[in-house]
Amino acid sequence: MTAFLTIIIVLFVAVAIWQMVKIFDLAQVGSSNSQIATDNDNKINAYLMLAFLAFIYIITIVCFVKWGDLPLMSNSASEHGSEIDNLMIITMVIIFIVQTVTQYLLHYFAFKYRGEKGKKALFYADNNTLEAIWTIIPVIVLAGLIIYGLFTWTSIMNVNEDDDPLIIELYAQQFNWKARYGGNDNTLGKANVRLINLDNANILGLDESDPNAQDDIITSELHLPVGKPVLFKMRSQDVLHSAYMPHFRAQMNCVPGMVTQFGFTPTITTADMRQTQQIKDKVANINNIRAEKSKELAAKGEAALEPYEFDYLLLCNKICGKSHYNMQMNIIVETQEEYDAWIKEQKEFKDSLIK
Amino acid sequence: MSTHADTHAHEDDHGHHHKETFMTKYIFSQDHKMISKQYLITGTIMGVIGVLMSIMFRMQIAWPEEPNVLFEALLGKWAPGGVMDADIYLALVTIHGTIMVFFVLTAGLSGTFSNLLIPLQIGARDMASGFLNMISYWLFFLSSVIMIISLFVEAGPAAAGWTIYPPLSALPMAQGGSGMGMTLWLVSMAIFIASSLLGSLNYIVTIINLRTKGMSMTRLPLTIWAFFVTAIIGVVSFPVLLSAALLLIMDRSFGTSFFLSDIFIQGEVLHYQGGSPVLFEHLFWFLGHPEVYIVILPAMGIVSEIMASNSRKPIFGYRAMIASILAIAFLSTIVWGHHMFISGMNPFLGSVFTFTTLLIAIPSAVKSFNWMTTIWKGNIQMNTAMLFSIGFVSTFITGGLTGIIMGDSALDINIHDTYFIVAHFHLVMGISALYGMFAGIYHWYPRMFGRMMNKNLGYIHFWVTAICAYGVFFPMHFIGMAGLPRRYYTNSNFPLFDDLANVNVVITVFAIIGGIFQLVFLYNFFVSIFYGKKAPQNPWRSTTLEWTAPVKHIHGNWPGEIPHVYRWAYDYSKPGHDVDFVPQNVPLKEGEEELQH
Repeated sequence: MTAFLTIIIVLFVAVAIWQMVKIFDLAQVGSSNSQIATDNDNKINAYLMLAFLAFIYIITIVCFVKWGDLPLMSNSASEHGSEIDNLMIITMVIIFIVQTVTQYLLHYFAFKYRGEKGKKALFYADNNTLEAIWTIIPVIVLAGLIIYGLFTWTSIMNVNEDDDPLIIELYAQQFNWKARYGGNDNTLGKANVRLINLDNANILGLDESDPNAQDDIITSELHLPVGKPVLFKMRSQDVLHSAYMPHFRAQMNCVPGMVTQFGFTPTITTADMRQTQQIKDKVANINNIRAEKSKELAAKGEAALEPYEFDYLLLCNKICGKSHYNMQMNIIVETQEEYDAWIKEQKEFKDSLIK
Repeated sequence: MSTHADTHAHEDDHGHHHKETFMTKYIFSQDHKMISKQYLITGTIMGVIGVLMSIMFRMQIAWPEEPNVLFEALLGKWAPGGVMDADIYLALVTIHGTIMVFFVLTAGLSGTFSNLLIPLQIGARDMASGFLNMISYWLFFLSSVIMIISLFVEAGPAAAGWTIYPPLSALPMAQGGSGMGMTLWLVSMAIFIASSLLGSLNYIVTIINLRTKGMSMTRLPLTIWAFFVTAIIGVVSFPVLLSAALLLIMDRSFGTSFFLSDIFIQGEVLHYQGGSPVLFEHLFWFLGHPEVYIVILPAMGIVSEIMASNSRKPIFGYRAMIASILAIAFLSTIVWGHHMFISGMNPFLGSVFTFTTLLIAIPSAVKSFNWMTTIWKGNIQMNTAMLFSIGFVSTFITGGLTGIIMGDSALDINIHDTYFIVAHFHLVMGISALYGMFAGIYHWYPRMFGRMMNKNLGYIHFWVTAICAYGVFFPMHFIGMAGLPRRYYTNSNFPLFDDLANVNVVITVFAIIGGIFQLVFLYNFFVSIFYGKKAPQNPWRSTTLEWTAPVKHIHGNWPGEIPHVYRWAYDYSKPGHDVDFVPQNVPLKEGEEELQH
């Protein structure tokens, strides 16, 4: 099928090239064959410049209309997420305006001032006032953005440990994630990959003699109580990974040999998120696509795709090897009661070891 | 300086009497014009390989895990039954990035045009050291060959991304490509850096010492300023990558722990202790970021020159253009940390790098507005080179603006390493620099080969490329903002992204069409060498010195004396002259004043 499609595309392209050469040739009957642009070339290309401007505008509009309902610009599931979203929207509006105006000027000038025989260009080499204007305006706009951005960044990255955040370790390895909770004392036990002992199932290298480690809880699904600040401590055992939680506007690399951190407060439970109109629409749309695809698969005699249900996700976002594309963990945000019930069912570290 | 040029002239009057063999003329040539062609053709071949790779991995993203004849034919054992393997996907992405950034847009662009234009535009017989220049090219050639050989290594070529972050790149057990493939990658890059340093030193020395009489620094065309500053950035930053590569080689082969610590992989603890992968990131990006400007500055110089010539107007704000090149060069060395906001470095550093990064937008804005003012009220000749120059400004603005998002640490948290960054850097430095390169080729082709390229094929090449470039990279911003990470072999394990699958198909179709239409360029380029129309002395009626040299290349560039320079490079449509351009070697008329630029 792809082979056939490829051949068709190549054929079309060949025909298109041939046609275009013809058009350009016809447009040049009578002019000399110097390979230097003539007035006629200038005119055709000047109009194409206008058409191209229209193309840029159209592709912008199409993209915004079709794919502009961005999960990353609204509907954040963490407290600081809306700060990032606001900054993002303000920046987007500014660059959208600049883009629209500058592209217009560039292409319109190219159209308007196309060359004609006998015309003479304006000898205009310098103007300090103009230079000053377009130095100072970007300075002012950027100063605003820098200040706003830095305040946002500082407030996100400065984790306040006085709020008594829930401490969770995110542990990365090729190619999966583990989460470690501090247990009753909310304190993570000491750990180092040198202490990993696969024989007794000490897979994260916890210090078995550390009292703080005894009640640690290791899980392969991340549960978070809603409304409670969480402080993630990231570790990696082998290569660089990146803990990317797009719905929470959170990301931090996991670096072998050091502990990195990122903190946020989840604000919407998974159940509530599934009920928001935006997510409902998105899920319905995705399920339509999956149903279509299932039909195709069924025709080939393969198993149908499972319907999709929304879940928060933790993805690996730093190239880490062959199965990088499938290194994920579900995140479940739930009420404090649900969370307490869930954590009670998990095994503590001292009980998970094989004696 | 004048005495130097004169004595040089006398020596070289006899230069073209030397008997040249095929070897000294075409292979081990020390003539800058021939070396520039060698760079261009090697760069073009590498470019074809790089683009072909991108089309293959785009096909995999659009039609994941579907059999494809192209894969079966080209990837062999890496595509059993025509289905691309996940390891080779990462290798393709890695080598595509390496080839395009270093081999095409650094050596191919800078190597070609610095070599061709520096002696011709400043009025020199050749580079300061023709021998070093030859060595520089052959080291580049050698590194290209090694990079190509690495593609055929048993366990696969380097596949840790073009940034080769350790430990992934350091541990053969982490990934097949981190074995012999990575060793060859590192060796190739080390040689490449040596080549680049030799070239850069040569450019700097030539520009400082060999300018002809009257060619003061403020009369230099902007191309030369751009090449000059590019060479300086290269000399400052490339050695740092060399040291990073050497340290990585030591970690890999001699058991040191510069970048590695506390690693447990495949059931065993490795001995490494005390190193830090973040250190590598610092070293890498200390080159890696200036590298972006090493790629884009020559393109900027080329575009400035072509825009002025084809608008029949002086470049607007000559001094502001130089000042902004210098500002960009300076800032480029203190912004590398914006690649590392979420690497685990201190968040305060993130604040500093956000500040310096967003500052770069200011000189960039100045340049863009100056280009727009240059074409304003011009008499624009729509030659292919001019179209690519206008296209350059367009993609530079589109791609540059999203830099304001990427460079803002708070916003970077969520779009870091998604397709948003892929869209951003491809538009602002990939496509833009490629446009600069195409513009340069179309413009100086008559100078290089003494023939003209076909303009209609040029027009077709430009318009299809322009549409496809936007078609590929504009929608990419949106899938990035939807959270789609880059370097994923397939997205089918994430139903979350199912609604983006059709965007990926659209992107890939544009990429395929755009890729195929580069054949139009290749055809035009190679056929015109032999069958193109004979070029006149000064086809674009430009003011710069290279157009005063004879069409047929000779050793020493000018027969007889080197022309003297009496004015700046941009006397287009100057009032008081009958023609709309006054070459730099025409003395001022009586009573005429040189513009106080």
